[in-house]
Amino acid sequence: MSAEGQHLTRLAAADIAAAIARGDVSAVEVAQAHLDRIAEVDQRVHAFLHVDAEGALEAAAAIDAKRRAGEPLGPLAGVPLALKDVMAMRGIPTTAGSKVLEGWRPPYDSTVVARLRAADVVILGKTNMDEFAMGSSTEHSAYGPTHNPWDLDRIPGGSGGGSAAALASFEAPLAIGTDTGGSIRQPAAVTGTVGVKPTYGGVSRYGLVALASSLDQAGPCARTVEDTALLHAAIAGYDPRDSTSINEPVPAVVEAARRGDVRGLRVGLVKELSGEGYQAGVTQRFTEAVDLLTSLGAEVVEVSCPHFDYALAAYYLILPSEASSNLARFDGMRFGVRVGDNGERGVEEVMSLTREAGFGAEVKRRIMIGTYALSSGYYDAYYGQAQKVRTLIQRDFAAAFEKVDVLVSPTAPTTAFRIGEKVDDPIAMYLNDVATIPVNLAGNCAMSLPIGLAPEDGLPVGLQIMAAAKADASLYNVGAALEAALRDRWGHLLIEEAPAL
Amino acid sequence: MPTISRDEVAHLARLARLDLHDDELDHYASQLDVILASVARVAEVAAADVPATSHPIPMNNVLRPDVVTPGLTSAEALSGAPASDEGRFRVPRILDEE
Repeated sequence: MSAEGQHLTRLAAADIAAAIARGDVSAVEVAQAHLDRIAEVDQRVHAFLHVDAEGALEAAAAIDAKRRAGEPLGPLAGVPLALKDVMAMRGIPTTAGSKVLEGWRPPYDSTVVARLRAADVVILGKTNMDEFAMGSSTEHSAYGPTHNPWDLDRIPGGSGGGSAAALASFEAPLAIGTDTGGSIRQPAAVTGTVGVKPTYGGVSRYGLVALASSLDQAGPCARTVEDTALLHAAIAGYDPRDSTSINEPVPAVVEAARRGDVRGLRVGLVKELSGEGYQAGVTQRFTEAVDLLTSLGAEVVEVSCPHFDYALAAYYLILPSEASSNLARFDGMRFGVRVGDNGERGVEEVMSLTREAGFGAEVKRRIMIGTYALSSGYYDAYYGQAQKVRTLIQRDFAAAFEKVDVLVSPTAPTTAFRIGEKVDDPIAMYLNDVATIPVNLAGNCAMSLPIGLAPEDGLPVGLQIMAAAKADASLYNVGAALEAALRDRWGHLLIEEAPAL
Repeated sequence: MPTISRDEVAHLARLARLDLHDDELDHYASQLDVILASVARVAEVAAADVPATSHPIPMNNVLRPDVVTPGLTSAEALSGAPASDEGRFRVPRILDEE
């Protein structure tokens, strides 16, 4: 790879777009530099399940032609992006990390993809993920794990580990994730990148392979707060094709990311998201970041959200219940793989054989938990009670946001663990999401951004900022302030310290 | 604490249309037990008078204008089908032979 190409892959999205707009570099050169980087390192990282080199170069050439013709270009025109494989993209393999969808090429674009195309973003390919987004390590992908660029023996988080690893290995400056219980934020935390789960309904779910429909939310991932905001603005907004889409203007996230002023802002520390179970280095970096917020002029107070202690339990009832219903569509009849259709067997038997062969262990576990929780005799005690806990968690948030503007916590209780360490211990795996799940249950928004390396293992630590529903702009304001202060302290962004691979 | 037997796992698998192997039944019986015991904690919360939340941002009667818009063509809709015939999805027999 040339020195010039190497340089292009390390730029922020905003700077790439500006360089293309000025004519300093072509979109084709930018796309090629990233494709070269993927060719160089992805055998070791395995962030991508499919690289669409031809499509990316074609899209880039069209943007260059637009520029030459003097047509106006958007703020992300020509910037390469890694797309989580859970988003339908016309004609491009879309597997959601599952064997049951191997070879499926959607006949339509998801709304997120349509908006990326309209913004002239160059989609490089599809990124690896836990099967149907069920997991916190990307080890549950049917196509093998993704490796954390900070230490290739460790997990990149999940379910969007591929998208986060693509950012951290400089294969792409932007990525799309989806966050049902932390699948954008936890991978961001363990890879030293930035990720936002927008308010539920802020980004259209049309064309997103559904996991748990009342929790799923697509969102932006990048290496800087400003880039994340630019991507947020590009993909968010009302979509009549998603009946849960919020029909209001998109929050002013880009302006907030450029403001970064926390003077007088009230910041709440969530008492229940600290202490036991949190790695020492995570707690240390979190405490230092909170002190930094104070020194920047924020007023920090402790806040109690007592029902957060029950969030994990409620989530692991609601999610499997919705997932078991949503995944009923994978029956081998209309799309995807079909197994055992020998002309003799009936449809139910073929469905059962298809699902047995097509789904991995974690998917089967969750489908059965959901089937159990929804079955008569157990419905009220499990699913019904979990929905009530969900109300109580919303009330905890509402009470907290009467006292403070944003809440903060560590994003994940630990840094990246080793591949294989928790793969067959579901409860240990589920605990990774203890701090991120309450936001999904309540439907409000949150960001994770890097705040340093844990002293004991030298791995990235993330801080989570949580804001009220539709207050997504506050995330970017606080995130930008913290990012700028940390950059001043270190002289660079944390991601610059990632190994060269 | 819930205990879930191998037979119950087999029943759940039948309901969920999963043709589980014998070794999977044993494996899942012990794992589902642990998971269910852990999530049963929701019962500790006194919530008799608390309404359930099924949807985080409440919305009612979401409708769009009744205007025809282009959909998939028949060929597009069938493009991902494991089997098709004469413009239709071809499926295994749907009735038992008895």
